Amino acid sequence: MKILVAVKRVIDFNVKIRVKSDHTGVETANVKMAMNPFDEIAVEEAVRLKEAGTASEILAVSMGGPPCQETIRTALAMGADRGIHVLTDAELQPLAVAKLLKAIVAKESPQLVILGKQAIDDDCNQTGQMLAALLGWPQATFASRLKIGDGAASVTREVDGGLETVEIKLPAVVTTDLRLNEPRYASLPNIMKAKKKPIDQVSPDALGVNPAPRLKTLKVEEPPRRKGGGKVGSVEELVDKLMNEARVI
Amino acid sequence: MPVLVIAEHDNAALKSATLHAVTAAAAIGGDIHLLVAGAHCRPAAEAGANVSGIATVLLAEHADYENPVAEDLAALVVPLAKGYSHLLAPASTFGKNLLPRVAALLDVAQISDVAAIVSPDTFVRPIYAGNALATVQSADPIKILTVRSTAFPPAAADGGSAAIEAVAAAGSAGLSHFAGAELARSERPELTSARVIISGGRGMQSGDNFKMLEQIADRLGAAVGASRAAVDAGFVPNDYQVGQTGKIVAPELYIAVGISGAIQHLAGMKDSKVIVAINKDEEAPIFQIADYGLVGDLFKIVPALEAELAKRSGGR
Repeated sequence: MKILVAVKRVIDFNVKIRVKSDHTGVETANVKMAMNPFDEIAVEEAVRLKEAGTASEILAVSMGGPPCQETIRTALAMGADRGIHVLTDAELQPLAVAKLLKAIVAKESPQLVILGKQAIDDDCNQTGQMLAALLGWPQATFASRLKIGDGAASVTREVDGGLETVEIKLPAVVTTDLRLNEPRYASLPNIMKAKKKPIDQVSPDALGVNPAPRLKTLKVEEPPRRKGGGKVGSVEELVDKLMNEARVI
Repeated sequence: MPVLVIAEHDNAALKSATLHAVTAAAAIGGDIHLLVAGAHCRPAAEAGANVSGIATVLLAEHADYENPVAEDLAALVVPLAKGYSHLLAPASTFGKNLLPRVAALLDVAQISDVAAIVSPDTFVRPIYAGNALATVQSADPIKILTVRSTAFPPAAADGGSAAIEAVAAAGSAGLSHFAGAELARSERPELTSARVIISGGRGMQSGDNFKMLEQIADRLGAAVGASRAAVDAGFVPNDYQVGQTGKIVAPELYIAVGISGAIQHLAGMKDSKVIVAINKDEEAPIFQIADYGLVGDLFKIVPALEAELAKRSGGR
């Protein structure tokens, strides 16, 4: 079984972001970038399926400018076999990404596509569901457990009320939640090996997709700052303030 | 054109998140229709008909919708959509699972986690775990939004008298089916609608120690939550998680116990009206957003807090 994983290059989750002074977006120049943490979980799950003998090949796809190569290399170092880089300077929104992935799926015919449930930059939580829709495939979002059977999979999902299990036919799209696995760190020998693994480059044009954004970002602002930092010296004072000052208990 | 809100419900009653989405729909303008798709879900539809501001309830009943999957609900919603200017659902795991699928089938964008309606085509949504707010404009013929519950008050659950119209079920595509659930059963309020929340973090050290928080929760009528660290450590189940990828909450009072305040956690609770932080580390980031910070050992403070609350309530 071939597995396709989609990996996005985002600002590292440890970086405190800064809104640009002209309110057009968030400062990304000279900021540490990394693979979206949910996509790392997707790569890890695919690699484990390959190690278990369930998957035969793992294809890692990323989209964007030239530095996305690094994100694909990270996936290759974790254990993916080859990469596809959709090279574009266009702003990519989830619907366009789903269309580009659909075009790649049509060429590569994977049985399973695994993506992170959301990217930690735009926090959209859409691409997997959209890809499943465009392909007419089942979707299992927010997965915390994935069990592949014969032509089908059983997926446990993290939902608001607890956990839910769905049975899906393959081929299918799965999006990862936090507790599906703990991604490995790539070892130095694997990082070296990854440099020799192939990455194909392709343009949105060649895939027959117009990636133009549907939503126009009018402005990006900092949220109102919360005035915190107040301290109390004792439990008695705390309860007193909650009752008589804040009046919330 | 009217606006369609897709109800989240359990067949017997509406989930409170639906009422928040109705308020967002009212801010857009136009008649509001509510789609209730389920099995034996007339009670939920009747509850919807009583909600203030709803003009029509669309009721789609079918055994396949007992625990509906997104594939089947999307097949129901897509043909209905052409009569509407906007489709809305709560930004819960239900809405987040469903609406992107609907949007892609209609070849339009979806706007996630809408926190403010600027105009019928312009919306504000948090990005980067709420560390920035983006104002986005959609030129698509139909706008599809998931609504952040904490940003809109709930619509009144009574005062309405909408007509209930049956719509035909779309049937199941057979791509996937619900196989079971382990849902938390609790006498305490739901996290997303609780007036008071007390949450524990890694500092709690074990799941057993959450009993201390439960005692206070029961005294205050509060829900119990947790940070990602506490869930990852296995202290409590995933449905306790408050944060960027867990539940977004904004209660009157949020008490954070043994939580350092990672960005991902703050993203889920920083809109709470009053924040109390209890942590032994004076430098913990949670104190920067807390109204009332108490530095010290939670294993001494929490029992003392329980005792103090008991004393003030006359020992009840």
